Amino acid sequence: MKRRLISWLKSFFFWELFQGLRVTGRYFFARKFTIRFPEERTPKSPRYRGLHALRRYPNGEERCIACKLCEAVCPALAITIDSEEREDGTRRTTRYDIDLFKCVYCGFCEEACPVDAVVLTRFHDFHFEERGQQVIRKLDLLKLGDRFEEEIATDRQTESKYR
Amino acid sequence: MIDQAMQSVLGWWQLLPGGWRLLLWNTGKILLVMIPLMLAVAYYTLAERKVIGFMQVRLGPNRVGYHGLLQPFADAIKLMFKEVILPTNADRFLFLSAPVLVLGPSLAAWVVIPFDEGLSIANIDAGLLYILAVSSVTVYGVILAGWASNSKYAFLGAMRSAAQMVAYEIAMGFALVGVLMISGSLNLGHIVHSQNGGILHWHLLPLLPLFFVYMISGIAETNRAPFDVVEGESEIVAGFHVEYSGITFAMFFLAEYANMILISALIAIMFLGGWLSPLQGIVPDSVFAIPVIGLLLGHGIHWLIFKTAFFMFNYLWFRATFPRYRYDQIMRLGWKVFLPITIVWLVIEGLAAYFKLPPWFN
Repeated sequence: MKRRLISWLKSFFFWELFQGLRVTGRYFFARKFTIRFPEERTPKSPRYRGLHALRRYPNGEERCIACKLCEAVCPALAITIDSEEREDGTRRTTRYDIDLFKCVYCGFCEEACPVDAVVLTRFHDFHFEERGQQVIRKLDLLKLGDRFEEEIATDRQTESKYR
Repeated sequence: MIDQAMQSVLGWWQLLPGGWRLLLWNTGKILLVMIPLMLAVAYYTLAERKVIGFMQVRLGPNRVGYHGLLQPFADAIKLMFKEVILPTNADRFLFLSAPVLVLGPSLAAWVVIPFDEGLSIANIDAGLLYILAVSSVTVYGVILAGWASNSKYAFLGAMRSAAQMVAYEIAMGFALVGVLMISGSLNLGHIVHSQNGGILHWHLLPLLPLFFVYMISGIAETNRAPFDVVEGESEIVAGFHVEYSGITFAMFFLAEYANMILISALIAIMFLGGWLSPLQGIVPDSVFAIPVIGLLLGHGIHWLIFKTAFFMFNYLWFRATFPRYRYDQIMRLGWKVFLPITIVWLVIEGLAAYFKLPPWFN
């Protein structure tokens, strides 16, 4: 009887409704968690696996020696490599294609690479505008490597003791 | 130079025939109300998205202009340039006249709103009756929209809205009967005048249950959350305006927000003393004589705007807080709760009037 009276009074005086309003009213003034994306970015781990890149040695020589371990280990068969002997007698790639639609960003290629040539950078907000652009070629990969070399090097440095 | 311009303008004004002068004068008055109202509607949509965003710990639109301040214009331009799609089996005439029937009354009702002492487009003695009559016409537009679309979702939405609006119209009407009993007039200006004399003289206190009934019925009447089964996004897509696009949809949108502002203004006028200052009777009268501060603290249109804005914010707050009512619960609330409450309170009010309870009934 008493409980029924109380619940009736509560519903008559909007008790629960006011409680709900209090909650939303409090959150109205709460700090907002939205990241204004292009201007603000969330911090990323040095182990972040984003877009691929091919690195060079400090003297400008490309690292990749066309051993094709990455091609072999790739679970999605996203990497295609052709190679030949250069004039100086070293083996180099003539073609290094990564199909980004096939790639699952597992990072196995980076782990398989004996010379730290192919890496996954932190760069993740890339896009394509035409059909066929999803296959990135060797030269583009090298360019990406040049563009992010500093970040790549420091990330590999900080993570070196865990590898 | 300015004097000469004024003289020539005045000269032209005198030259015009009387009928033309009346027409121009009234058109000017209507524009003076409509343009701020349209701007208010535009920014009300932005405020809604911002407020609900803030309550959900988001930021809301902030890309177009400074903090998203140009967003309403972007939305309006987009809607204007979108194609108006006519469904194949729709009744063309009814389909296109429904938005007009919805928007027309919600703007027409603003004619009798007193913004300040004697400041309204038309000072009608039966203003309250006029508002009740005009706001009921909106239902026809909604039903026509649902019927003419020839779509089951729209039809269901229209049926729901017809039942809901009729049910809450009655509770609303009874709440207004309470207001006219206490003020003894149907003229909205007189209703405000009857609340003159300080915050205790407002109708809020003696009519507290009617105030809540009116506020909640107002939300149901404008089909807003938590009474938005009419639109019922998760159930019937968008209700009666599923088939509308472009500018026809924009008109429904405009009408809805204009109605919300109208209801907020009516609550402010009928229960919270319209343009009357809440400080009247609290601070000494000599304060109101001080040049600028007195103007701000004294009676004026800014108090009406402030009170209206409070209830407009409430609409958004409720939408961000409450889940949608079930359809049978809405009907139960309208017929079995609000109607008895209003009738009981009318009896109590009648007794108070009979015994001349001060300070309201004397």
